Amino acid sequence: MGDIAINGPRVLFEIPILGGLPITETMRNAWIVMLFILCLCLFLTSRMEKVPKGKQAIAEKAVQMIDNLVDGTMGPGCRGFSPYIATLLMFSFCGSLASLFFMRPVTGDLNTTLGWALITFVLIIVNNIKYKGVGGYLKGFLQPIFVMAPLNVLSEVATPVSMSFRHFGNIAGGLVITTLLLAALKALSGFVLGFLPVPLLQIGIPGVLSLYFDVFTSAMQAFIFSMLTMSYVGNARSAD
Amino acid sequence: MDAKAFVAGLSALGAGMAMIAGLGPGIGEGYCAGQACSAIGRQPEAQSDITRTMILGIAMAESTGIYALVIALILLFANPFVNLF
Repeated sequence: MGDIAINGPRVLFEIPILGGLPITETMRNAWIVMLFILCLCLFLTSRMEKVPKGKQAIAEKAVQMIDNLVDGTMGPGCRGFSPYIATLLMFSFCGSLASLFFMRPVTGDLNTTLGWALITFVLIIVNNIKYKGVGGYLKGFLQPIFVMAPLNVLSEVATPVSMSFRHFGNIAGGLVITTLLLAALKALSGFVLGFLPVPLLQIGIPGVLSLYFDVFTSAMQAFIFSMLTMSYVGNARSAD
Repeated sequence: MDAKAFVAGLSALGAGMAMIAGLGPGIGEGYCAGQACSAIGRQPEAQSDITRTMILGIAMAESTGIYALVIALILLFANPFVNLF
């Protein structure tokens, strides 16, 4: 065994302001992913024409799909949220898929997902206050009877915690299992095929698991995170 | 016995026992998926709505299991007790 290393994101370097601002692997990968998404968007929307064809048709179809999803989940009149939802979907999906390119997944770090969840939390509170008023929002905590108030506050606060832990836990769990599997396959090929210079069993077998842990889980968690965001904010906007 | 080894061993045991919590979400999600299947059997035209609701419900049911996973990960990789001795 010995060489199994499951660590948090490495600190690459520190910016010497405010007593040292650490720049981690996660942040570097996040910037790479953001750059990739920006380039993709610029490429898809360059030289637009009146009649869409080729790459412009793909971009319009994607925008239409997001708009339909937002309309179907949050009800009409919520198109203003679709840029945020599309950003969440795209960033989360690409950030998790970064592990396919031997980078540490951006979402395998609680800081990333907690940041997104806190943005959603602020959106929920702002929409609650906007549509029910401060009094109406606070009165909602006393439902059904006033004794339930601590529990209601707790469940409100638990929303961002559970959202961020869910996304982080799925990706980090996949990361741990993949690392353990790679180490186990290396040890096994050392026992069985020890005369070969390369760990032969490491070829191919991890790919099957990666299909589940990387591609399927990434798509699923990105979808779930944005769906939960939409339904929470949609609930806040619906006047009871 | 070395106190550190004792704490590390018990932490590993605790991490394993925390993952017993995987039972609950497993049963719940299986039941949820089964109910969704029978609902689709009764109303095939509502398949997309049912699937979407099912995925959301499964995600909510999964959170208890994820909490257990986070506890296990903390016990294994960021153990707060090892440095006490």
